Amino acid sequence: MEGAMLHSSYFSVNARPMSRRSSTISAVMAPPQQQRAPASTGAVKHAMTLTEKILARASEKTKLVPGENVWVNADVLMTHDVCGPGTIGIFKKEFGANAKVWDREKIVIIPDHYIFTADERANRNVDILRDFSKEQSIKYFYDITDRSDFRANPDYKGVCHVALAQEGHCRPGEVLFGTDSHTCTAGAFGQFATGIGNTDAGFIMGTGKILLKVPGTLRFVLDGEMPSYLLAKDLILQIIGEITVSGATYKSMEFVGTAVERMTMEDRMTLCNMAIEAGGKNGVVPADEVTYSYLKGKTEKEFESVYSDAGATFIQEYRIDVSKLEPVVAKPHSPDKRVLARDCKDVKIDRVYIGSCTGGKTEDFVAAAKLLNKAGQKVKVPTFLVPATQKVWVDLYAMPLPEADGKTCAQIFEEAGCDTPASPSCAACLGGPKDTYARMNEPKVCVSTTNRNFPGRMGHKEAQIYLASPYTAAASALTGFVSDCRDFL
Amino acid sequence: MAGDTPSRQISGKCFVVRDNIDTDQIIPAEYLTLVPSKPDEYEKLGSYAMAGLPPHYGQFMEPGKSKTKYSIIIAGSNFGCGSSREHAPVALGASGIQVVVAESYARIFFRNSVATGEMYPVECEARICDEFHNGDDVTVDMERDVVVNHSTGKEYALKPLGDAAPVIEAGGIFAYARQTGMIPSAA
Repeated sequence: MEGAMLHSSYFSVNARPMSRRSSTISAVMAPPQQQRAPASTGAVKHAMTLTEKILARASEKTKLVPGENVWVNADVLMTHDVCGPGTIGIFKKEFGANAKVWDREKIVIIPDHYIFTADERANRNVDILRDFSKEQSIKYFYDITDRSDFRANPDYKGVCHVALAQEGHCRPGEVLFGTDSHTCTAGAFGQFATGIGNTDAGFIMGTGKILLKVPGTLRFVLDGEMPSYLLAKDLILQIIGEITVSGATYKSMEFVGTAVERMTMEDRMTLCNMAIEAGGKNGVVPADEVTYSYLKGKTEKEFESVYSDAGATFIQEYRIDVSKLEPVVAKPHSPDKRVLARDCKDVKIDRVYIGSCTGGKTEDFVAAAKLLNKAGQKVKVPTFLVPATQKVWVDLYAMPLPEADGKTCAQIFEEAGCDTPASPSCAACLGGPKDTYARMNEPKVCVSTTNRNFPGRMGHKEAQIYLASPYTAAASALTGFVSDCRDFL
Repeated sequence: MAGDTPSRQISGKCFVVRDNIDTDQIIPAEYLTLVPSKPDEYEKLGSYAMAGLPPHYGQFMEPGKSKTKYSIIIAGSNFGCGSSREHAPVALGASGIQVVVAESYARIFFRNSVATGEMYPVECEARICDEFHNGDDVTVDMERDVVVNHSTGKEYALKPLGDAAPVIEAGGIFAYARQTGMIPSAA
């Protein structure tokens, strides 16, 4: 497999052996290093990781260790149209038909999954969210009533994880739960954010708390100068390929290092978004000036950042020199089937999809547009563009790109022959009802900026999905084959 | 089903899958419009359980039926990976599956199984997915912590439920919370 890469100098591992859970560890073990003991002078404080600290504060304890089960207070609970109705059903059944939610300002209800469809049950599910939001006076409900024109709905946002960030619901040090696995995206803001099911969410809806097992932390130190042809998506695919889809099960993934410090918030969101693809409980990036700058004007709430103590114990630490990495893809049918993009040049593709919470943010589209503009060619396969939110859609049309002589992304996409940017939603990332835009209804081959490529993920069981960065997706659209973006940048 | 006094010894026919069976295979996304808390939609979810599996695993559900003839699923590692959708353990429970014996679980799926009480998520360190076949007669004994394949005559140790045991034994997170006084008894 990628065994040959494990011994090269850019990827090294220090620590004691991984837990016995995973039998397919692919990381090379350097001799175990002694962990530095917590300082013996001054205040005797129990050293904790960032995640442990957040959970300690949220469970009103002074110290926690991995493996402990604690009741944690939620700062925000998010739900959407697929899991919201079930969550509401459980809430009412368990707390009573007339029960009130624990805090009407801490629940954020975001329809985003199956919106632009004729499917009656899907449409009914949005109605259920609306009825509940009215009944409970939910402060944040991003409603849509006119499906024929998303722009006619001033409250509608789009993909929940991008909307949470854009609307200022993600804050350092806080605890965010969402009925969606990619809730881990919010960890980019230095908070604890994880996905849960309807029953847990129904419980939180009534009590504001949930029982959690404290995870140990895997630390990923990403250093070095980021090459111009690499994006955050390449980094996270690299990591998942290294530790496998169960490598971070029950663990926190902490991303630090000079390369991370230089990343934008959207880059950090891409990293944390796919923590779940490695089985991670949460992903987290410590908050800094980049975070505070992004948050200015978005939230009025005060927050308090936390950071891993110097003497904190990590299960394992991975050091990655990003300057040595190359563009990668994840082959069908698993997010950990990492292969160099340049080794897939003979793979003919039928379409390209740019969208989702992973790869449908403004900067993702800017990257794709930059490459297409530089190439000055037309795409050879249908290229579907789905902005994650209304704000992203507006950026595509309103933001001039200095590196493209002031052209907007929308202009560049049109010149290159891409499909017109579609209504913001999750769309085909997870298939959805049969009439979903860009759904894969045939056993074709797609390069996608999304997050999962298990069989049937985008529709047809035998469709093949190559997960990739926006640069790789754009390059592949131009050739009609899986491509290395360096051919165009 | 959740709420009944759970049996700690489950016997029946098993259905065998391997590693990394993700939630899209357990319940394809197009069926997620079904709301698990609505009784008729709960049954429908059951009819679609494992509908996303590739055909080489065999037929889990006879066409037109909503209950499978299998009561036990035998799996490899990382069962239930992917989405947080609770529809996954719900669909399995609704279809008639009472227990899954896997080498390991993805975390959210495991949590959801425990929270809902829909089916027991049990672990076995031995690679039994290599030794069991669809239709084998199996007993999962959670008193003695063993799984027995009556068709081959072999017995394997189960890992004890661990931290999840009190929640599972109570019947799910709500029952556990009431038992421990976290929330009041009357709904």
